[in-house]
Amino acid sequence: MITTDICIVGAGPVGLFAVFEAGLLKMRCHLVDALPQVGGQLSEIYPHKPIYDIPGFPSVNAQELVDNLMEQIAPFHPTFTLGERVETIERQEDQSFVVGTNEGTTIACKVIVIAAGLGSFEPRKPAIERLEEFEHGKGVAYMVKNPELFRDKEIVLAGGGDSALDWTIYLSNISKRVTLVHRGETFRGAPDSAEKVFNLAKEGKIDLILKANLKKIDGNGSLKSVFYEDADKNEQTIKADYLIPLFGLSPKLGPIAEWGLDIEKAQIKVDTTDYSTNVPGIYAIGDINTYTGKLKLILCGFHEGAIMMQSAFKYVFPDKHLSFKYTTVNGVHEF
Amino acid sequence: MSMVKFTVEDRDGSKQELEAPTDMGLSLMETLKAFEYNIMATCGGMALCATCHVKFSRGQEQLPDKNDAEWDMLDTLPDADESSRLACQLRVDENLEGAEFKICGDLE
Repeated sequence: MITTDICIVGAGPVGLFAVFEAGLLKMRCHLVDALPQVGGQLSEIYPHKPIYDIPGFPSVNAQELVDNLMEQIAPFHPTFTLGERVETIERQEDQSFVVGTNEGTTIACKVIVIAAGLGSFEPRKPAIERLEEFEHGKGVAYMVKNPELFRDKEIVLAGGGDSALDWTIYLSNISKRVTLVHRGETFRGAPDSAEKVFNLAKEGKIDLILKANLKKIDGNGSLKSVFYEDADKNEQTIKADYLIPLFGLSPKLGPIAEWGLDIEKAQIKVDTTDYSTNVPGIYAIGDINTYTGKLKLILCGFHEGAIMMQSAFKYVFPDKHLSFKYTTVNGVHEF
Repeated sequence: MSMVKFTVEDRDGSKQELEAPTDMGLSLMETLKAFEYNIMATCGGMALCATCHVKFSRGQEQLPDKNDAEWDMLDTLPDADESSRLACQLRVDENLEGAEFKICGDLE
């Protein structure tokens, strides 16, 4: 078990800077992020885009800002669990918490700070009935984690993006039969992959069904068939062991929604006195929180982190008196 | 102040003609939110969440072409079709005059 003062959920810019504000108050932080690297959206989605509204930086590239933040917090030696998603929080008798991830990592802490931005990116599900019935190994999968699962099986993939093309090509080598169902007639993904898929279809190695939409699925305990509407609006059936809908990722709150927090439109309501949630000891900062006048700006998240850490001090050091100090007077003391 | 008029159909089928200013630099998503339509806009306008997905029944041909980010998102969206756009990627300007669209974005 990892032991720390503050567990920060989300290692985006706001989560990272919160480590600095905690460090000034001699509080240690551990950060957990579902992505395999720090920086959140900045590193994952727009690393090379300039940001123009960071005070003191007329322009800074997103990745450069993340790198600078990492340098800024280095004196406080934060620790990280990356590529894992926080699933559970358990309140202990002494009012501290144990945070658990989907990979079984546990973190004991006195304060939880949710700086999870848009939430975690989860597979987007098509609007067809009974999907849930066949999830978890019974025939519906939203990503290919272990391709061996699909060896010698009859697979239906749906979608028109890069991952639909790539997995169609890959699985055509190991599966018994691969069918790709796509809404459009063309693919905007990598031209090479699209050409390969069209060629595989010409050679009869896969079934490519264009201008078609998934309609329903059927089975008894495990998936048996997939129904789609073809270009002429007729319903057709494909025998299938697995359906793999690949419709991209959409940001979701995920397990955070189950923690008893006051939530409005997938955002966590906070008290702007200290950005605390309705659950004592849990704070929310950055894009994930909401309050009257909220602006989803990195600089606002920085401000929230500073205020919030002053409040968190009482949970970490209940017997100590907090005295506010300027870094220009006091410097930054490594620990 | 110059204004543009277009018709919005909400998820429940109710229609309303809106008049919106074209000189405030607002996206269609921001304008719809300002008129208190229920749109999550989780990503704040970066074409990442598709919760501002709308489908045009009139006036789509007047609109500017989709950029790559919008194409990529609409490509992956299960319920998108040729009439689909992301309201966050459209400016409220004269191109919207007389258009009609339906709000389709997810609410969760």
